[in-house]
Amino acid sequence: MSVTDLLLAALFALVALGGTAVVLTRDPRRQLLVAGLFGLLLAALFHALGAPDVALSEIVVGTVVIPLLVVATLIKLEKMK
Amino acid sequence: MNARTRRIVFVGAAAVLLALFVRGFGGLALFGAYPGPYGDVLNAVAVNERHALNVATAVIFDYRGFDTLGEEFILFTCVTGVVLLLRREPAPGPRGNKGRSRQPRRLPAVVPQVTEALQLFARGAIGLLLVTGAYVIATGHLGVGGGFQGGIILASAWLLAWLAHGPDLLDRIARSGALEWLEAIGAGGFVLTGAVGVVAGRAFLTNVLPLGTAGELFSAGTILWLSVLVGLEVCAGVVLLLREFARPPGTPGE
Repeated sequence: MSVTDLLLAALFALVALGGTAVVLTRDPRRQLLVAGLFGLLLAALFHALGAPDVALSEIVVGTVVIPLLVVATLIKLEKMK
Repeated sequence: MNARTRRIVFVGAAAVLLALFVRGFGGLALFGAYPGPYGDVLNAVAVNERHALNVATAVIFDYRGFDTLGEEFILFTCVTGVVLLLRREPAPGPRGNKGRSRQPRRLPAVVPQVTEALQLFARGAIGLLLVTGAYVIATGHLGVGGGFQGGIILASAWLLAWLAHGPDLLDRIARSGALEWLEAIGAGGFVLTGAVGVVAGRAFLTNVLPLGTAGELFSAGTILWLSVLVGLEVCAGVVLLLREFARPPGTPGE
């Protein structure tokens, strides 16, 4: 088990935990934050697997576009000011 | 169908899906074993053929530029659809308004809660985000990045401005129609750049600009130009999306 394998295994485990955490967070506003962190974890995994462009795309999408769309929808539904 | 029947149906369907999943999983290649030839071929020839250092960006904007055109139009269509769906809603009026039984309520204007900490942060971060976005777009063919990533980073600067300083700036920009122009230039420019290839007697989206030397900013021909166009379109599209959602109902759209 080289260092790369350990790193990949740790990142995979973190991604699995992060995904579960996103699903288990019920309040939409808190779920947004957790989803953003999950996006960062995914980006780290992609980078470790050798795909830096995909990692950058995942960072921008997960921290900008997804929260924007969810916040915008929540605003429209008047659940959040 | 009550809850118990639903559960039985779900368990049955999930069992079938699980069996298919396990069977499919068994036929996968080993982790890390790359079978296909195209990756190795591209790594060998892309830098010499296109004078671009980032092979992924070269694939996105040159070898498979047609797919990027389709994806850009996906975003364009989504934004258009949102603008259409969220267009001006009727103000409360007398009943019998085309048979509408829904009574529209007066929703308050959408203004985010502004704190001083956010404003302080935004002062520093907006400029940083603009520069970073422009950098990522411009050096897509040299390093990690490209039009899409940089465009979203540019859009996030606008989002921060909306969060920190209220919707006035966004409204003013949107009323001037600049966002629609930028989006149209981004989408249409891509098609026109492709058409230049056809006019030159070769295939659509051929790389017709001078390729330059690999590693310099102005190299790789149309890859840099298409990257800029996609960045513009993505940024304008996302800001338009935000504006459509944050517009209080009853105000006219454009």
